[in-house]
Amino acid sequence: MSLIAITEVKKRFGDNEVLKGINIDVEPREVIAIIGKSGSGKSTLLRCINGLETIDEGSILVAGAQLLPDELHLKALRLKVGMIFQQFNLFPHLTAGRNVMLSQMVVKKVPQAEAEAMARKMLDRVGLAHKFDAYPEELSGGQQQRVAIARALAMQPMALLCDEITSALDPELVNEVLAVVKELAKEGMTLLMVTHEMRFAREVCSRVVFMHQGRVHEIGPPEEVFAHPKTPELQQFLGVQH
Amino acid sequence: MNEFTTWDILRNLLLATRWTIVLSLATFVFGGIVGLILLFMRTGKSRVLRNVAWGYIEVLQGTPLLMQLFLAFFGLALFGLNVPPWLAAGLALTLWTSAFLAEIWRGCVEAIAKGQWEASASLGMGYVQQMRWVVLPQAFKIAIPPTVGFSVQIVKGTAVTSIIGFVELLKAGTIVTNATFQPFVVYGFVALIYFALCYPLSMSSQVLERKLNVAHRNH
Ligand SMILES: Nc1ncnc2c1ncn2[C@@H]1O[C@H](COP(=O)(O)OP(=O)(O)O)[C@@H](O)[C@H]1O
Ligand SMILES: [Mg+2]
Repeated sequence: MSLIAITEVKKRFGDNEVLKGINIDVEPREVIAIIGKSGSGKSTLLRCINGLETIDEGSILVAGAQLLPDELHLKALRLKVGMIFQQFNLFPHLTAGRNVMLSQMVVKKVPQAEAEAMARKMLDRVGLAHKFDAYPEELSGGQQQRVAIARALAMQPMALLCDEITSALDPELVNEVLAVVKELAKEGMTLLMVTHEMRFAREVCSRVVFMHQGRVHEIGPPEEVFAHPKTPELQQFLGVQH
Repeated sequence: MNEFTTWDILRNLLLATRWTIVLSLATFVFGGIVGLILLFMRTGKSRVLRNVAWGYIEVLQGTPLLMQLFLAFFGLALFGLNVPPWLAAGLALTLWTSAFLAEIWRGCVEAIAKGQWEASASLGMGYVQQMRWVVLPQAFKIAIPPTVGFSVQIVKGTAVTSIIGFVELLKAGTIVTNATFQPFVVYGFVALIYFALCYPLSMSSQVLERKLNVAHRNH
């Protein structure tokens, strides 16, 4: 059974239909890259999967459970699916450690000592054990993004959604974040990531989704999609990239 | 001419100033509590509660405080509730303050980046948890200067309660004037006392604002 089943999903903002019937089935342990031009609906798709946007038609099932827009269902969903944002969105008034501890304690009611142990473990996993007491503003962008990953991991999600998580970083900081993601992929985390890092997509992903004007325009293993793009739109998109 | 010394005048005024201070503090505390409830309603997810809070705030901000005070004092009497002046004064000022504080604080909450809401939501937090742990701790800092600034309005606002017979500073001034026939001296002192109460508040509001602009830190 697929971990995330997206079926005929449509999403409109007013008259603007942004998703026009999306179908994707994500298997457990799969790493999927979503590529496409700006405005093609990539972020909106991820946000729908995480319940940050409600869908107008179709269905999204995560681990067999339907995504419904009430608070209880949303919370259950978000315990299964974590999300990492382009802008990191760390809580600036809390240290890195506290950032990772907060939702465990508040949402899962984990005792403080346990939450702290988990936070240390997760920060260690992203190579930032020594930054437990640092505030976000004391960290580089790459470090902040790694803390954000640790924060999501601490909730022990079944899948992670990553929306252009390296796009706000200086070029020299991109690799440290991608290395962490690569490690997660190797450990079997299910990942759905919007990315412009084509080389990374080629190396790490099991499938690549090319979105165009609110539709899945092409989908397939990276070798196929990158080496033999079928549609002129994808050919053009890849051409522009290089 | 008359047997009142300047000290007599000042002493009576200062005694009444206690009630201005007590009323101001009580108004600030209770108005703050009601204002916080309104804030949650106003920024929350329920459309009904949002609209109720919006209507309440608009009405209280859009009508004179004096009229609200009359409604509390005479209006409740119509329903057979005999409210003493101090209670009507406290009630009217509390409701008036809650509307203004709720609106000031809403601005502060809305100044917090949308990403903070999204990140905390994606971690499974509900609205109250987001407010309690993520948004309010950040909004609190930007809320301090305008909140302290508004406390000046509260102190000055207490003066209207003199009209229903609550003996605070201004009312005491009227009483003392009636006995001494020295309105200029008396109201001069009244003004000085109000100023002595309000000036430190508005000064600290400005200092806090400047400090906050300088501080890069959010903790
Ligand atoms: N909250 C919103 N309200 C209105 N339109 C939106 C909103 N979010 C996204 N859109 C529109 O949806 C389209 C797709 O946006 P997005 O999903 O962000 O694309 P991508 O991430 O692929 O660049 C764009 O035309 C954008 O203007
Ligand atoms: Mg996007």
